[in-house]
This record gives sequence, structure tokens and C-alpha cells, in this order.
Amino acid sequence: MSVRRQKLYSKEICACSIFGAMSRTGERFTGERVIRAMANMHHRGNGLGGGFAAYGIYPEFREYYAFHLMFTGDARAQREAKRAAEEFLFRNFDVVHDEEIPHSDDVYVRDPPLLWRYFLSPSKHGEDIHLPDDEYVVRKVVHVNSAIDNAYIFSSGKNMGCFKGVGYPEEIGRYFMLDRLYRGYLWTAHGRFPTNSQAWWGGAHPFGLLDTTVVHNGEISSYGTNRWYLEMLGYKCTLHTDTEVVAYAVDLLMRRQDLPMEVVAKILAPPTWETIDRMDVRERELLTTLRRIYGPLLMNGPFAVIIAQSGRMIGLTDRIRLRPLTVATRGEMFYISSEEASVRLISPSLDSVWSPRGGEPVICELDGRLKHEIAAPA
Amino acid sequence: MRSLLLPEFTISRSDSCDRCRACEHQCSFGVHTYDASQDMMISDNYRCAGCQRCAVFCPKGAIEIRPTPSFYRPNASWSRERIEDIKRQAETGGVILTGCGSDKPFRIYWDHILLNASQVTNPSIDPLREPMELRTFLGSKPESLSLSDMEAGTDPVLTLETPMLFSAMSYGAISYNAFQALAIAASRSGTFFNTGEGGMPAEMRSQFKEHTIVQVASGRFGIDAEYLNSGAAVEIKIGQGAKPGIGGHLPGEKVSQHVAATRMIPEGTDAISPAPHHDIYSIEDLEMLISAIKEVTNYEKPVIVKVAAVHNISAIASGIVRAGADIIAIDGMRGGTGAAPKAIRDNVGIPIELAVSSVDRRLRDEGIRERCSIIAGGGIRCSADVVKAIALGADAVYIGTAALIAMGCTLCQRCYTGRCSWGICTQDPGLMRRLNVEEAAQRLVNLLSAWSHEIKEMLGGMGINAIESLRGNRDQLRGIGLHEWELDVLGIKGAGE
Repeated sequence: MSVRRQKLYSKEICACSIFGAMSRTGERFTGERVIRAMANMHHRGNGLGGGFAAYGIYPEFREYYAFHLMFTGDARAQREAKRAAEEFLFRNFDVVHDEEIPHSDDVYVRDPPLLWRYFLSPSKHGEDIHLPDDEYVVRKVVHVNSAIDNAYIFSSGKNMGCFKGVGYPEEIGRYFMLDRLYRGYLWTAHGRFPTNSQAWWGGAHPFGLLDTTVVHNGEISSYGTNRWYLEMLGYKCTLHTDTEVVAYAVDLLMRRQDLPMEVVAKILAPPTWETIDRMDVRERELLTTLRRIYGPLLMNGPFAVIIAQSGRMIGLTDRIRLRPLTVATRGEMFYISSEEASVRLISPSLDSVWSPRGGEPVICELDGRLKHEIAAPA
Repeated sequence: MRSLLLPEFTISRSDSCDRCRACEHQCSFGVHTYDASQDMMISDNYRCAGCQRCAVFCPKGAIEIRPTPSFYRPNASWSRERIEDIKRQAETGGVILTGCGSDKPFRIYWDHILLNASQVTNPSIDPLREPMELRTFLGSKPESLSLSDMEAGTDPVLTLETPMLFSAMSYGAISYNAFQALAIAASRSGTFFNTGEGGMPAEMRSQFKEHTIVQVASGRFGIDAEYLNSGAAVEIKIGQGAKPGIGGHLPGEKVSQHVAATRMIPEGTDAISPAPHHDIYSIEDLEMLISAIKEVTNYEKPVIVKVAAVHNISAIASGIVRAGADIIAIDGMRGGTGAAPKAIRDNVGIPIELAVSSVDRRLRDEGIRERCSIIAGGGIRCSADVVKAIALGADAVYIGTAALIAMGCTLCQRCYTGRCSWGICTQDPGLMRRLNVEEAAQRLVNLLSAWSHEIKEMLGGMGINAIESLRGNRDQLRGIGLHEWELDVLGIKGAGE
């Protein structure tokens, strides 16, 4: 196959379990219950990928970007990747602290890479001086991931972090000791069932960009269309996963174009024309315009997704709801899960449980004051 | 001079013929005559166009028309067509004219592309039970939406209920009845027809305004401010797939009083469209014409620029977008025509499949794909072609030949004679009457409806329920029996890859 065509749309296919838990009052809790909930959906994955995103876990470094890196290959390749990546990071950032990401040797996982984390702030030079911090960070992350061999930044937000790898999610959770070392107010998790990819630690989910992370269960039939649109606007879809495409779409619409989540949901999973045509004039015009402009970002085909950002968690299914998603509340706790049983396991009594309609986003946010204190870095 | 050509067709008539003379009445080329002395029908094979009108209308089913079995000595280099073209030119000293799209066996890429379907990992969608959406917008789209000022940056668009439009066929080239049928069908199907360069009859303007694309071509026939405002969009025709680089010629015989009034030319005069627009000698001139048209139409209508698919089509398309066009229509080399020199029709241009893919990719690479929409035309034969064209990057397709066939055309390629026996491509009042406007419109509506249903089935199979998720989605295509360079131009993988 020619090199040009090899780069054509090749997409990983996978099914999954997804789970999210959030304390609306910002109370922080360990990953212990999240791991148990994921273990309960063991059969939805096949041991080729598991991962977690946790928010509020680095309060002591909350004004610094927390980069999680993996260095892959044999020991020598790992050392070389680390040297090259650090040379780049130290040149472009002020690194206030770095350390190996702690893990438990009691848990067997296959071929773990070298995992390291860096807390840093931008140190801009030259033309980059005019870039906003977030944009600067995104560009540097993309550079490392595309230009430095065997080095991969898989988490880059503030006061949050992704932990992922090859294995069942409960194994990955214990490997990173998420049940003991970290306390967050918002956790999302993913168990993976890829059907056509070799297991690679970087290929596990969640996929994140800055503090936006996505866990996703689905196969997007519109992938080819979504991808060219995002690539035209400067994103590089190097992982060939649907999840990456969702994350970039959210980044484009929310960070770069400043659209509210309610509107973003109507772009990713718009109502049908039949519904739109029955709406009142204002709403009809808005939704028609959204579909007209953002048609290429419509995510078609089955998906259920949990998008997390500092201070909020969003659940969304495709427009005709072809993948499961259950939402539940108990006191200040808010849950989103592929299966109700997982929620019941860790919280037998619930105040409310429901299945959101297709294309209708469910949004859980910290209240304004808390959001400022807990989520927004200084 | 006696013609030395063999007849193209052989007509045989069975014994069931009861001399009703229907064939004589139906044939517009004068093939059949009744010989009273022998009480039998006589056929002149030499005049037969192979249009099959008589065969269809023979009440006894007694007539059969076949390609003539007579032949010249087989010769790989000198085919019958080559020999006869030379004889014909030796007899007339003229350019060989023809009608319809090229019939030459260039590779039809549609037939080398296979579609995808969902299995197990994602569900296919059943269009009988789930919504399946074909609504399509054509026009320039802003990069982002400002919620505070929704009006800002929203250029005028065309809204189609199905991603197919009728391509330009002018009144003058086709009959008034055919022209009306297209207009009626477009309005009933929620899409658009295109006036071509022959103007828009005044009495049709208000009724069909919302479903009309008015064309501005190099002859500038029938154009004034009112005409430009009598449709939903304006199309500047630079070229046509059947005859890129050359102009047009409507012979005076076809310029009836009504055609003359619509074209704003004297009755019975030849209507000659020059090869280029004489105010467009470069891309910046095109920009000025686009601006002028937008001024005249108060920036309320999208401007389409139609070009033939030629070798540098992607660079040309990029220029057209930057010149301010809202929509580009690309016409492939198999596109139809009422009249074109055969040498041009069969040798100039490139297939639409390659052109649309390469234009889409070029515009994406330059980051300007959403500044315009793409309509692909010239060689769309069925609903699967429509699906493939959209997956290769088109927003919608133009159908011309398929629409004519729906009305009765049999592709006999004698459009240029003005003697169309089906009443489509003629101004002869007697022939024209053969085309019942209401019935022809119904056939067109049925065709669009049938294709729309098939498109929905194919989309559902792919797990897609809105046509916008198909556009440029080459992931859903695989090539078969194609060379590597062809796969590269199409931007698709081979089957099994």
C-alpha cells in the first residue's frame, strides 16, 4: 500500500464500559469505589485497555499543568525518549517538580512503559509570547506526541490526571494505586474491548487534551467526515480512535470557539429535522444554523460518551441512542454509567435513576463558588 | 453526393403488422412510409436513429430495431466508427456533431468503488423504522457561529430535501414541456432545476422562483436584473463536461418566437455562445463578475460557478473559491449535451469521480473547503453513484442525462437535429406535444423519490442517519480493480485493505 494511502482513514474499532462519579459539593474521594464499579462491568472489556481520569488530585500543584508522560520501547529506547522529551520540556516550560508516577509492583500488567509526571508552567519564547497559555500547551503537547519517538503525553490539564494502560480497568486502577494515593471530586473510567488493534498503552482511554477528557463507548460511522473537518482546522488525528475525534471536537467548539456545552451537544448529536421543523422560530433557526455550519461534526453512529472538565461532567449519547447510558444521583453524588448495576453496587440506594434520551446531554457541575475554588486553578 | 455509409440500424417488422401506420406517424426522422400499391410498410434503414419510438408505440409489438449486422472487414485500428466518421467528413467537409454524453469506454470509476456496511461492532440503521435524513445545504459556511449575532457571517444558502439537482438544460435546447416538467418536479421534490443559458420564460418566474437556479453563460441570453433575481441562486457557466473549452450554437430553426423572446434575440437567428466569456479572461475577472452578480441580487443569492472537469481542476477550483463563489459545480467528461463536436465530447476533460475527489482534497488542504459547496455532475447514473460522489467529497450532485431518460430519452444522440421523437430536445410543436408535462414531471418526481429511498438504505447500512456524515467520508469506500495511482487520486483504499 502506498505511504499516502496508509495514512488514510484507518480507524480502531472498539466497544467499552464507561463510568463517571462526581461529588457536586466538591468533596474528594479515592478511586476505590470507581474501580469496584468498573470491575463489575468486567465483561464489557477484553483486557486490552483500561483507564481513569481524576480531577482535583493535585491541589498542591493546582496552578501548574500536570503532564503525564509514557516512554515506550526497551529500556534504552525509554531512556532516550525521556532524555529527548525532557530536553524539549525544560526548554519550553518551567518545571517545578517531576517524579516517576507511582505504581504497584504487586499488580501484573503487560509491558508497562516508563511513566513520569511533570508539574510545569509555560516559559514562552519568541513568537510564542503572544499565545494564550492553553494554546501554547496544546501546541507543545502535539509536538511531543508527533515528533519525539517513543514519548507520549497522555495527560496535560491542571489539578487532574489520566491513568491508563493495557489491562482490565480494575488492574490498571490498582497498578496506579488509585484507591490509595489519590482523592478527587470527579472520576471517569473506561474499560476497553478493541477488536482490531494491538494493545498499546497510549491507545487506552481516556483521551485528554488540557483538562478535557473523554471516555467513550461507540463506533462513529461519520469518522471519515469528522476527521477531515478537524484536520482542516489544524488537529492531527494520530491515534485513529473515535475518542480522539470527540475530544478534538469538544476542544474546538468549547475552548477555541467558546460555545456552551448545551450547544455543543446539539452539534455532536442534533435533533432530527422532523423535530427541528416543529420547534418555535428561534429554536428552529438556531438548530438549523448549527446543522448547516457544523454538519461535519455530527457524530453519527452509536456512541455514549462521558466528557469531563474541571468542575463538570457531561454524559451524551448519539441522536438515536444506540449505546447505553444510565444516570443516577444520591445526595451530592452524581453518577453516569454504562450499566445501572455498577452504580447500585457502590451506592445501593439512589435518589433518582434515569436513561437520558438520545442526543440530550446530562450535565453535572460544581456550584459556582466551589467551581472557582476547587476547579479553577489560581 | 451519394453517401457511402452503411445504415446504423436494421429494422425488422413481423407479420403481426396490420399497417396501422403508427410507426410512420411516430418517427420524426422519416424512416417509415406506407406503400399503398403493395399495402405494406416500408422502412428506410439509413434514416433510423435507433430512438426506439416506433418500437415502443407499435400496437402490435411488430417492430424490432437492432444494430445492423453488416460490417467492414474487422480491423483493430480502423473500427467501423473511425471508417464511417471519415466517410461522413469526406462527404460533408464538416465537423461531426453529436448529442448526449460520451459513449466511449473510459473507465467508469463508480463501478470500481464498493460501499461499506455495518456488521456487529456497530448497528446498521433501518430506514423504515428510524429517521434517515437527506436534507442538504449548499453555500458558503462560516468557520464558527457567533451566538450573540446569529445573522453575522451567514451567507445565503440553498436548502435541498435530497442531495440531487437537475443540471442546466436550456429552454431552446429542450422543449418548453420538458423545461416545465423539470421545474415542476424540482419544486415538488424540494430541490432545484437550472435554466441553462436560455433565460427563464417570464410566465414561469413567480411560480418556480424558490426552485430555480438561473444561469449566466457566455452568450448572456435573456439576462437582465429581473432575470437574475427570478431564481434562488445564480450560476455562472464557464464550461460543460461534454464540451470543455468551446462555446455553443443553437441553430436558428430552434429559435421560435417564444424562445426568441425568452433569450432576448430576434426570432429565427442562430444563438451563438462564445467559447469564453468575453469579460472573463482571468480569475480576477471572474471575481468581478461574481461581485457584480451579488450586487445585482443584493447578496441574497448564492453564486455557483460551473466548470468542466479538466486536468488542473483542483487548482482552478481553489481559485474559484477564492474569487468568492459560494458553490462550485464540476461537470465530468461524461456529461451530456444537446450538441457538441464529437471530437471534443470524446477526448476532452476527465471523469467526475477523479475530479471531485481531487478538488475536495485540495480545498481541505488549503483549509477553505467550507467556504464553498461542491456539486458533482456529468455521469451520475444511479443512486449508488450519488452516494459515492458524496463520500468522495461532493455536497450534492447534478443529474441531467438521468432526468432526460426518466422523461423518455433513449440516448439516440440526435439531439442536435432538433427532431427528438420523444418531444424532449425539440422545438417542433408537433413533437413537443408528445411530452405530457404532468406525466413527465411525475416520472422525474418518482426518480428522485426512488433514488432517495435507495440512498437511505445505503446510508442505513453504513450506520449513518444523516447525509452530512457521508460527505468526504472516504472511509466508507474501497476500490476494486484500480491502479495505485487511481486509488491515490480517489483517496480510498483498495478492497480488503
